[in-house]
Amino acid sequence: MKILAIDSSGQVASVAIVTDEAVLAEYSVNYKKAHSQTLLPMVEEVMKMTGTEGKELDAVAVTNGPGSYTGLRIGSSTVKGLAMVWDKPIIPVPTVDTLAANYADYDGLICPLMDARRGQVYTGLYRFTDGKLTTVVPQVCTMLNDILAKVNELGEKVIFLGDGVPVHRQEIAGQVTVPYTLAPMHRSVQSAASLGYLACTYLREGKTVTATELVPEYLRLSQAEREREERLEHRNDD
Amino acid sequence: MKGTYILAIESSCDETAAAVVKNGREVLSNVISSQIALHTLYGGVVPEIASRKHIEKVIPVVQEALAGARMSMDDIDAVAVTYGPGLVGCLLVGVGTAKAIAYAAQKPLIGVHHIEGHVAANYICHPDLEPPFLCLIVSGGHTHIVVVEDYGTYRIIGRTHDDAAGEAFDKIARAIGLGYPGGPKLDKLAKEGNPDAIAFPRAHIDGCPYDFSFSGVKSAVLNYLNTEKMKARDNGRSADLEAEGGRKTAAPAHHGVPTGGDAEGTEFCPDVFSDGITKADLAASFQASVVDVLVTRTIAAADALGMDKVAIAGGVACNSALRAKMREVGEAAGKKIYYPDPILCTDNAAMIGSAAYYEYLAGHTADWTLNAVPNLKLGER
Repeated sequence: MKILAIDSSGQVASVAIVTDEAVLAEYSVNYKKAHSQTLLPMVEEVMKMTGTEGKELDAVAVTNGPGSYTGLRIGSSTVKGLAMVWDKPIIPVPTVDTLAANYADYDGLICPLMDARRGQVYTGLYRFTDGKLTTVVPQVCTMLNDILAKVNELGEKVIFLGDGVPVHRQEIAGQVTVPYTLAPMHRSVQSAASLGYLACTYLREGKTVTATELVPEYLRLSQAEREREERLEHRNDD
Repeated sequence: MKGTYILAIESSCDETAAAVVKNGREVLSNVISSQIALHTLYGGVVPEIASRKHIEKVIPVVQEALAGARMSMDDIDAVAVTYGPGLVGCLLVGVGTAKAIAYAAQKPLIGVHHIEGHVAANYICHPDLEPPFLCLIVSGGHTHIVVVEDYGTYRIIGRTHDDAAGEAFDKIARAIGLGYPGGPKLDKLAKEGNPDAIAFPRAHIDGCPYDFSFSGVKSAVLNYLNTEKMKARDNGRSADLEAEGGRKTAAPAHHGVPTGGDAEGTEFCPDVFSDGITKADLAASFQASVVDVLVTRTIAAADALGMDKVAIAGGVACNSALRAKMREVGEAAGKKIYYPDPILCTDNAAMIGSAAYYEYLAGHTADWTLNAVPNLKLGER
């Protein structure tokens, strides 16, 4: 099994080639986001370095949201084009799940926190048992307080990671009542190797879509849609 | 002999489009997925909603274009894509997809300027048209008179100092309650009106005989509407209005809608005004004032430059009054007039494939770092 994995959901752009056995290549750049310029050259590089031909891949995996709307669409359009031409299935993996997979070796609850602004986070709660991911709370866009309350309620030790951690360090310190750890910087960002690791399982389970079917999971309506819904609700209240 | 086949993708605004074009002139397929119905709810194109729709549609549209041409990627010689100007989130979907397709299929990639595509739409409809010629480019974002000196070589000799012609059409359409998309709706209504009913101003710009300004005529229309609104308010208000069959519409303010919610839009639009002039008369008179300056200045420029071929390009090129007037005035002045079929005046990928062919012949290919450039200037690379 050989998978090309692509993540451009956040600040980091990350591309990897993985098999069941090993990460053959991983290329990550976390510097001045310009994913639309960097992503495809990075794909070309990992393909070249590992002597991989598109035709020999079993699938292309993508971190499918949430994240930066534009970043998600850059990843999605890239994966769609590749999969269409190579005629390969696509494995879409939730972004928060791929972050959790950075800690597939952790003995406790894993709580990724992605900064969603306006006091909200994209988050979820996970646990790995014998290398297998168990979802305790599936990825969701919610207020930070709500997920921290859930963590306290479960009463287990927990590790926090993601770009929401530096933003909410104080609230975590003030509110979390269970033993917790904050991930170091090198394990706190999206990684295409982690994506590829989960994607191998997904592929075995047949969780794939076609290039046409792939749609990013934004977890939020656009601002215009939100405001329109609010207006309609107001009208119904009157 | 085998021709050159280009797969082209266009997603700069509210249409997701793909096409296969042979030798820059022959359209083998031209697929357009329009989002107009979606954006009508918001009174204008909402960039984030448009971008989300593009990502859903881009692959089906490309696959339909290939199937329509009875081709696979193996038969394609190059992949072309609009990389600007346009809405950045929208452009990125086309650019990302086109780059990945070109890379995976190991084909050259060609980045195309959206407006150069509009000019090239004329090559598709007129096999005899070759540079040099004069071109009036009129769209929601552009009002230019350019000399097309050669394929891909443009000299701008006139431009608007404020609104683009298409923008003025959209704003006035909104002000008289026609909504989005304003241009075609205004064109349709104007057909029922008298273009001489109101003498709206034709702005001249000192020292720039081929430049345009549409803010004056726009203000004149809005002032007319405001004056009528005041009169209606003074004259016993709604009772009289209803008796005349007039009506008043009010739309909620649209926040976060870039082209909607214009503070200048007064949204007062009875069918008949106090002086007996109809809404259709107003539309026709406004349209006549815009078309008049577009045509007279373009033909004057053609005369001054000694050019006998004149083309129209861009979204507003499908305006029926502009086409008729350009033909009438241009042919009287001994010019040959060209404009694309209406379907090729809207945003489409066939025109991108046509423009790309000449870039391909010139060896202008892009690498995998090609990015969307929302403010790309004409003739820039």
